[in-house]
Amino acid sequence: MDWLNAVVQGLLLGGLYALFATGLSLMFGVMRVVNLAHGDLAVVASFLAVAIISGTGLPLWFVLCVTTPLFALLGYLTQRVLLQRSLSAGPMSTLVVTFGLSIVIQNVLLEVFSADTRTLDGGSFATGSFEISGQLSIPYLSLATFVLAVVVLVAIQLFLSRTGLGRMLRASSDDPDTATLVGADSRHVYGIATAIAFATVALAGVMMAMRSSFDPATGPSRLLFAFEAVVIGGLGSLWGTLLGGMVLGLTQSIGAQIDPALTILGGHLVFLVVLAFRPQGLLPGRTA
Amino acid sequence: MTISETLTSSARAAVTVRRSARSSRLSGGLLLLAALVLAVLPFVVFASITDSLVNLFILIALASMWNLMAGFGGLVSVGQQAYLGIGAYSVLVFAEQGVQAYVAIPLAALTAAVFAVPTSWLAFRLRGDYFAIGTWVIAEVYRLVTARVDSLGGASGKSLTTLSGIDPVVRGALTYWVALALALMSVLVCYLILRSRLGLSLMAVRDEETAASAVGIDVPRAKRWVYLISAAGCGAAGGVLLVTSLSVNPDAVYSVQWSAYMIFIVVIGGVGYIEGPLLGAVIFFGLQQALADYGSWYLIVLGVIGVATAIWVPRGLWGLLAERTRISLFPIGYHLDRGVDDRAGRRE
Amino acid sequence: MTLLSVRSLDVQHGQLKAIRGLDLDVEAGQVLAVIGANGAGKSTLLRALAGSNLPTAGSIVFNGTDITRVPAHRRVAGGIALVPEGRKLFRSLTVEENLLTGTYRRRPGPWSVEKIYELFPWMPDRRRQNAAQLSGGEQQSVAIGRALVSNPALILVDELSLGLAPVIVRRIYEVLPTIVAEGTTALIVEQDVAQAMRVADHVHCLLEGRSVLEGHPRDLTAQQVERAYFGIDETPAAGE
Repeated sequence: MDWLNAVVQGLLLGGLYALFATGLSLMFGVMRVVNLAHGDLAVVASFLAVAIISGTGLPLWFVLCVTTPLFALLGYLTQRVLLQRSLSAGPMSTLVVTFGLSIVIQNVLLEVFSADTRTLDGGSFATGSFEISGQLSIPYLSLATFVLAVVVLVAIQLFLSRTGLGRMLRASSDDPDTATLVGADSRHVYGIATAIAFATVALAGVMMAMRSSFDPATGPSRLLFAFEAVVIGGLGSLWGTLLGGMVLGLTQSIGAQIDPALTILGGHLVFLVVLAFRPQGLLPGRTA
Repeated sequence: MTISETLTSSARAAVTVRRSARSSRLSGGLLLLAALVLAVLPFVVFASITDSLVNLFILIALASMWNLMAGFGGLVSVGQQAYLGIGAYSVLVFAEQGVQAYVAIPLAALTAAVFAVPTSWLAFRLRGDYFAIGTWVIAEVYRLVTARVDSLGGASGKSLTTLSGIDPVVRGALTYWVALALALMSVLVCYLILRSRLGLSLMAVRDEETAASAVGIDVPRAKRWVYLISAAGCGAAGGVLLVTSLSVNPDAVYSVQWSAYMIFIVVIGGVGYIEGPLLGAVIFFGLQQALADYGSWYLIVLGVIGVATAIWVPRGLWGLLAERTRISLFPIGYHLDRGVDDRAGRRE
Repeated sequence: MTLLSVRSLDVQHGQLKAIRGLDLDVEAGQVLAVIGANGAGKSTLLRALAGSNLPTAGSIVFNGTDITRVPAHRRVAGGIALVPEGRKLFRSLTVEENLLTGTYRRRPGPWSVEKIYELFPWMPDRRRQNAAQLSGGEQQSVAIGRALVSNPALILVDELSLGLAPVIVRRIYEVLPTIVAEGTTALIVEQDVAQAMRVADHVHCLLEGRSVLEGHPRDLTAQQVERAYFGIDETPAAGE
């Protein structure tokens, strides 16, 4: 029976969800912005990876090294040009702006790449695995993704706790007004938070492209995964997000084992159960 | 007589409080006329025109319901498609049980409201922006669950067959009138709610939630009422959607695209104005017709206009218009007139 | 030397014009106290000086540069630090992290986190605690430390005594001479008039957004201050 495999696979998948959800959590924590285009940005990264790799044959690590900083820059600009304006235009405004962005991205992707479903061919790396025992084998890709996710989460955690700018991000999250009084340029701080969010989205988007198929309309379901990981784990805590991601991955993986059609529904239902009985999440950080 | 009584009575003599400005009495007549013209339209124009107007009416109803929640209740939802789907499937089920499909539409509204009770219990645990995305998850759950019910046609959906006995021309006209009634009703319901006690509470909550609860407004209760009413309205819209398209499938009816329509129509038209969704729906409808031959470009244009409006014209086009001209088709505020007016004064 | 010079300043607080045509000068090395009743505009004045409320008219010149329109974060780099009303520590940060936020735009100068620990000896032991767990007086000390580590030329202190026991307030004010001796000028807003008169070199009394009385504390009579504070007219009221 493949139950053990399903559990291990699900936990490893959780790492990817956590990596992907971190950006959503960070943008909400620092700016109180829920980026509804979060999933669509990951799909953009997926398409970009497919376009680069199939067009030029460059290796995966190179694609990651290009898209991540590119997205970081894009994030910084998006914040400074679009989101900053909407932050001052009222509370509903950011939601409408990011939702609009989501609709625009989806339909531009549709016009450019058509509605065809795609996957990124990661070669032998994406399909290979090593066997632990007769029953348990771990795919290279899942393990590498998990390790990458944990490394990135640790790096973000260190940035937030050890650097001056990181502290300013946390200070702004607590009290934006006072943060400017001790010298934080809120626009820059917000720009950095968005840049980190976009960079992690790019990483996650490329890794997701190798795991599962996608099309221009895949963004919203990816967004919901990220949102569920954040809420299940508890707002405002990176390790909570990792735990939330793993719970979600595990549920989806076990759901798929029972009936493939249950994959996504299973995740949603766990989210609703957490919402009903433990709305603060499993590992709540600060009270947001 | 105490000083304060003297002051109030002299103030009362100097100022009269009315709910309708003169412009709105005039516009009331115009609206009635417009409704009458729209009602006789099936007798004078081709069915293709009335058929596309049905879609406009559905959009007006959906957008009005979204506006009621967001503009007056402060509840920004991205999951109202849940009730659209529940409404459509309810009509399907009632029709299969032998209820006339048109008659089943009010029942669909009721069903949607019933489903909204436990849903609100979950969704209201999330605040602000998280509420928005949480409602979306819940709508997805409804979609996935519906797709698993074989008697509802599963993932590929099902057709409504009980209306096939009616002559297509008559059916088209009936559907048109039902859709028109839906649009008029949803606007009227918004208007009546906002003039009621509930409406006053809502506007107080929207303006300052903490203060509103401090003066004794039961904030969660007011919000829940709005949520239930909006669910009912969207349920009825879903019912009309079924009788006009005659088939339903989960992916289409529970699509988040409906939320995109509602949100952008309201934002472009003007959040928090009853007139906003009307204006926005007409603009959206025009855009859709004009760009009909260019695939999904109308959605891109819609998204860009929506984003631009949210940033630069947060009160929407009607807000812009109302600021400049002080026009109000649906007076829900109070107007102060200086000078003695016996007729209105006696109403106090 | 005049460190800060305010001329015909108007500042809004919400809908209200909280500061009207205010003139005020702060000499380098002195302690200037602004006193006044609730709603006199004291906090709004400090927020305008720190840059979080932009004035509608008038000018603020600091160190010879016009900073009227300069945003708050750049004023910190320029040498102005505010200790806000109600302390406003970052609740999810530790004591030490709160102090470190003050070093983000630090200027060269005598103050450092270590120096703050010397000034408040209880602090090092509790530096890993969350700021939210401290008592009001301890929070006030951290807030002062957070402002000092940026090495400001001018420190603005808003309602230091608010919500604190008098003995705690006196103990915190004991560090003020040390701060001034290290070269920082202080502008303090204080509701406790007696406290303000004890520590200040110069006093301004605000009434409805205007300065109605100023001078050296020893030159002002209690009656003068009382009249300015409560806005009692020079002409004695009937029955007095």
